[in-house]
Amino acid sequence: MSKLQVSGVSFAYNGGRRILDNLSFEVESHERVALVAPSGTGKTTLARILAGYETPTSGEVQLDGSPLPRKGICPVQMVWQHPEVAVDPRMRLCLTLEEAGETNPEIIAGLGIREEWMSRYPHELSGGELQRFCIARALTVQPRFLVADEISTMLDALTQAQIWHFLLAELERKNIGLVFVSHDPALTEHIATRTIAL
Amino acid sequence: MSTKKTVDVLQGVIGGAEASSLLPHEATTHNAEPVHHGHSHAGDSTHAGGHHLLQVEDLTISFTMYDPQASSFFRAAKIKKAVIEKLSISVHAGEIVAVVGASGSGKTLLADAILGLYEPNAEVSGRIWFDGKLQDAASLTALRGNGVSLVPQSVSHLDPLMKVGRQVQGFAKSETPEERKIRQRRLFARYGLDESVNDLYPFELSGGMARRVLLSCALMDDPRVIIADEPTPGLDLDLAVKALQDFRAFADGGGGVLLITHDIELALRVADRVAVFKDGTVVEETAVANFASADTLGHPFSKQLWHALPEHGLKVCP
Repeated sequence: MSKLQVSGVSFAYNGGRRILDNLSFEVESHERVALVAPSGTGKTTLARILAGYETPTSGEVQLDGSPLPRKGICPVQMVWQHPEVAVDPRMRLCLTLEEAGETNPEIIAGLGIREEWMSRYPHELSGGELQRFCIARALTVQPRFLVADEISTMLDALTQAQIWHFLLAELERKNIGLVFVSHDPALTEHIATRTIAL
Repeated sequence: MSTKKTVDVLQGVIGGAEASSLLPHEATTHNAEPVHHGHSHAGDSTHAGGHHLLQVEDLTISFTMYDPQASSFFRAAKIKKAVIEKLSISVHAGEIVAVVGASGSGKTLLADAILGLYEPNAEVSGRIWFDGKLQDAASLTALRGNGVSLVPQSVSHLDPLMKVGRQVQGFAKSETPEERKIRQRRLFARYGLDESVNDLYPFELSGGMARRVLLSCALMDDPRVIIADEPTPGLDLDLAVKALQDFRAFADGGGGVLLITHDIELALRVADRVAVFKDGTVVEETAVANFASADTLGHPFSKQLWHALPEHGLKVCP
């Protein structure tokens, strides 16, 4: 059982307006927590902080009592809102996956990634197809927590259902905690065990 | 079977020779007879001037690529792979047509084709009419921004090195730069983007803010047709509803909207008709009301989509 602790986190970009103000909460690995707030109020910023991409202006994020490692693979992995800018445009997708290590074929199959996509470049795939690669990449490094920032808005309803079914089963199997952002109330209600309003 | 007939009817329309024979059609109400000349109609769909605002027929898009199954990379033959095949869809004046369907089924390609944006290795065939006139690649390019506007899907459509306010203003055509500036400020204000956003670069925007900037781009030029490619992801529900209401108002004012979206629930609130896309073609074109229950949907894929909606339990049917 792991615990992700956010204590007193505040954040402002380059001395600008304070986007997050003294935020504290905890997430345990059996939980699926939804972050809910209007557009432009710092949900993605918080996700970046949780996954170690940004250092908070004050406060800190701890995993099981120690700060996130500054080097190596972060045990909190983020899946981004716009997959087309989260992959290297000049790299074939098999290499993008390989960067994370050897991907379990079950993950590839579970996400419905087709063999023929592997040798393509990102601009040759649709947003939904790319997002599957991003999810596979995040799961390959065996994270303790997954931060999902609107990962299924670019997916059709059917693919969205398939991917969430796989992902929820995988999170449960590997005991990975989930923090996610979604603007779809029906989806949030279906997935979340708890909701945090920013 | 009915395609042939559609073509005949249309060519009559284009030629203008059978103007008088159009009158009976104009006199029929679409409520009484929703399906004719090969597709469905909503109650308030109108054929202004006796034609569709936007009509796409038999559109086929294929890409030439090297055969991935070839034994050696250097001996690989070039093959053609069709991504969109024999697709027909039409938008009437005063109508929002929602295009929903599987990811990767070619929805964005359809948008690109209508705007005359083609990848270098793409081969495009078919017929596209805008306002009753048959278009070719050059005229579609000319229409871009001058009648047909796009709300792009990806935030990467913004110029990363240009402040968004200036970017949305674009370059003056009939209006003075000052007029464009006022118009841009008004659009930003409408979508809750305050003055400070004008001077931000795209990387400084949140996902939802970028989406609103893209939306403003399309509304700057008084288009006749808006092609909206996934306009709502990243927007909270209030903003998304507001954006869709703006499309509704635009359509009610005589425009046409092709709304490409995954958010079926939202699309149903404003659209008149829904076209369900699968593997590069339209498998079902139906009135919005039929989405009330899975039983009124015709195609098995439409039923699957319905069951997969979060509000219907996120079920994956075989």
